[in-house]
Amino acid sequence: MTILGARPRIAVAVFPGTWSERDFLHVATEVLGWQARPVWHAERDLGEVDAVVLPGGFAHGDHLRTGAIARFSPIMEAVEAFARSGGPVIGSCNGFQVLTEAGLLPGALMRNDHLEFRCDWQELRVESPSSAPVWLGELQEGEVIRLPISHGEGRYVADPATLDELERAGRVVLRYATATGEVTDAANPNGSDRGIAGIVNAAGNVLGLMPHPERAAETEVGGSDGLRLFRSLERWLQERPAPAERRVSSS
Amino acid sequence: MTVVPPPAEQLHGLTDAEYGLVVDALGRTPNAVELGMFGAMWSEHCAYKHSRPLLGRLPSSGRQVLVGPGENAGAIDIGDGLAVVFKVESHNHPSAVEPYQGAATGVGGIIRDIFTMGARPIALLNSLRFGPLDADATTDAATATRNRYLFGGVVGGIAGYGNCIGIPDVGGEVTFDSTYSGNPLVNAMCVGIARHEEITLARAAGAGNVLLLVGATTGRDGIQGASFASANLGDDREERRPAVQVGNPFLEKLLMEACLELARRDDVVAMQDLGAAGLTCALAELTARGGVGADVDLGAVPRREAGLTPYEVLLSESQERMLIVVTPDGVAEVEAVFARYELHAARIGTITDEPIIRCRDGADVVVEVSGRSLADDAPRYEVRGGPFAPSSSAAVDDLASEAPSAHVLLALLGAPNARDRKPIWRRYDHMNGTNTLVGPGAGDAALLRVKGTSRALALSIDGPGPARVGALDPYLAGASAVVEGAMNVAVSGATPIGITDCLNFGSPETELGAWQLTRAIDGIADACRALDLPVVSGNVSLYNETPQGPILPTPVVGTVGLIDERDAALRMGWRPGEEIWLLGDPADDAGALAASELAWQRGIHDGVPVLDVGGAARVVGLLSLLAGRGIARGAHDLSVGGLGVALARMALAGGCGARIELEASTVPTATLHGERAGRVIVTVEARRASELTSAASDAKVPARRLGRAGGSGLELRLGEAELELSIDELSTAWRRPL
Repeated sequence: MTILGARPRIAVAVFPGTWSERDFLHVATEVLGWQARPVWHAERDLGEVDAVVLPGGFAHGDHLRTGAIARFSPIMEAVEAFARSGGPVIGSCNGFQVLTEAGLLPGALMRNDHLEFRCDWQELRVESPSSAPVWLGELQEGEVIRLPISHGEGRYVADPATLDELERAGRVVLRYATATGEVTDAANPNGSDRGIAGIVNAAGNVLGLMPHPERAAETEVGGSDGLRLFRSLERWLQERPAPAERRVSSS
Repeated sequence: MTVVPPPAEQLHGLTDAEYGLVVDALGRTPNAVELGMFGAMWSEHCAYKHSRPLLGRLPSSGRQVLVGPGENAGAIDIGDGLAVVFKVESHNHPSAVEPYQGAATGVGGIIRDIFTMGARPIALLNSLRFGPLDADATTDAATATRNRYLFGGVVGGIAGYGNCIGIPDVGGEVTFDSTYSGNPLVNAMCVGIARHEEITLARAAGAGNVLLLVGATTGRDGIQGASFASANLGDDREERRPAVQVGNPFLEKLLMEACLELARRDDVVAMQDLGAAGLTCALAELTARGGVGADVDLGAVPRREAGLTPYEVLLSESQERMLIVVTPDGVAEVEAVFARYELHAARIGTITDEPIIRCRDGADVVVEVSGRSLADDAPRYEVRGGPFAPSSSAAVDDLASEAPSAHVLLALLGAPNARDRKPIWRRYDHMNGTNTLVGPGAGDAALLRVKGTSRALALSIDGPGPARVGALDPYLAGASAVVEGAMNVAVSGATPIGITDCLNFGSPETELGAWQLTRAIDGIADACRALDLPVVSGNVSLYNETPQGPILPTPVVGTVGLIDERDAALRMGWRPGEEIWLLGDPADDAGALAASELAWQRGIHDGVPVLDVGGAARVVGLLSLLAGRGIARGAHDLSVGGLGVALARMALAGGCGARIELEASTVPTATLHGERAGRVIVTVEARRASELTSAASDAKVPARRLGRAGGSGLELRLGEAELELSIDELSTAWRRPL
């Protein structure tokens, strides 16, 4: 049971070839003092956790297609069950790609339009944070945050009807933007449809984003806007009306 | 015994005389497999036949040195029970024929050297050289197009490998010069952190211990890569593609995680990665270092294709493989670690007391040689450099007395050798691991925190400064590369603690090549002594010649610095109101322009460059003190384009102009664009300027006040001449795409 004020417990899935699990674990344990556990992809049990992280990297070497093999890793059954029961799930970078392959989020991530890998700090406009208080409760509509991006295949695409529906339902929550919050082609680092950098599922508990919030959690590494996503989760866990025991396993 | 050597095409690059030495070592004639092994191991690439006697001149010891040259990488104590483990290595020849895979496998190879030591890699850096990317007076359009292809492939390969394996590429440098057309240089450096007790050496021991070959399967790629890298590049580049290996960063990521788990275990005796000359080299070095032998069953080597001969199995340079020596009772658990990462771990043999490598193919013994003969007994050739005859230059004198102009400054700032490298480094993940405090483009050195401590590492990789000084005096190429690295680290506020070097030269068998190599090594050695820096690891790449001639002598130095309290780090830009000072030899003489970018742009290839290494060392010491006491706030090393370009870069980094006043000079262009190494700009708050001058005076370092930061442009007065440049103008010039 999650007790008010208790330390959040998170599971960070580790696939062969992912790497940002190390950075998520650092933020969770060293910066925030949470309990965090790496879970190898071949496991089937997430244990008792409040949230699940799908990290960035090159799961299974991105062979076949980004996320396409990871989606079939044994742990994903437990992740999917956890997500469908309303458990908070965040997929960053490669994790976002896995979420789309797993069908937990719509659309797909394609090769950047300029065909190059891109690593840089990136301004993002926050939209409809109320659609996903789990992850964005500490953020304001229309504000601009700065997070690192680091990807070769981050161009978000979906068919126009899906894009329209995402926008209508307030499920587009982050867009690539200028420092003043304008969504322009020049500010779009990869050619994503409508400048989309992050979306949530209809229930608002599953967030997929290409940027790396775990790399922006301490000012000395260049910024701490990413920490606000973690703080949002912490607050949501404390304030949610009926803390539920979450032990999700596919076995 | 009269030895009749086989025809040259069967000698694997050995000379007839060397063949005789092989026969002496064995006491019989070698079979074809053994001869192939000797050919690879006694190649320049593996045996350092021409460079090893010279490398002995480099200082390699020091109080903090934990592991010096001779292992997979060097290691230096950084306190808190931690060590920094680092090495630089070249992949020049492969990158000349297949730039993407050549560069990628260079990165993969240097990463393996670090995690083989039990250290977790935390950073990559690289030093690159190409011919001009655009046609100019030195380079025709077809050559420029080829250079651009090589450049794109190399950058893509570095990005592809480093990004996938997840090690941030935090810094580097690139220089363009026509001597590198067709013979690019790709030097990759990797830096790791290990706990002292987890450092693992490549020293086999213990008869009966098991040899595990782990990682990738063995195939026909990269056969004869070592001997290919030990000859000049001919016009047959396309035919040499089979000598280049193909990288798989995903596999190496798994191998790295598995090996780092192993480094914590007591039952792992030694680890050695398979690089040049593959299994042959790994077996030879492991057993030679430990004074033992090995009994190997070649049939147990996992293969990716059928029909491999013993020769191919022993000489394949298939990537992402490691040889591990494990005590018998630990084998099952070690195998289980590899199984979890879905990697092969094959028991291919055992360690023996008798110092002989015996390889079996089925029932047949196909190889019976001593590891020491292969690894250590290659002949050493004396390389002797001639005297240096400096040539004074009226052209340099004329250039020095030219009146400075905004046009010249902007042209230097925007020159391919000075302009913004962001189009390169934005393709590299430089933040992975969340240690990067100062990344590429933001400082002279990268700054990485050491988690769990208050410390930070400053990392830099540098060639000579000026970049072409080796064309005039290779001694200064060596010395200035060491000085550049130390300066770049020191302007970050760190104290340099050690270096790794990569010596890129032409053929040592020519008089010119021998002279260049010898003098450069003497220059490195002298500068290291002046700066009290040990050389803990390194690599030599010779035969960098094409039918058009040799490359510029290019010693490359990777420097590691340490800051105990990382809050004391210096930034590169300045803030409004800060005073701007020049520390070190003001270089108001025409010689400062010798070999400079400006001289080369004007086609002036002579002059007498000089460098006061002792004076540079005093500047480095002073910087540590200024940073430690919080006196200096910003600092930047002078390099391409000299003082003028350095001021422009600090203005751009701070987003703030400055007013600079220099005394009238008879050599104003030397003052403004001379590139003599060993000088830095520092900024201080006005109230602390007296502390700066008194510290400089105590350290016997010349200090000259240049002006004050502020305003929206760089106003530069030099005697009568007045230059005014807006930040926008500077930005436009510097940010021209490559």
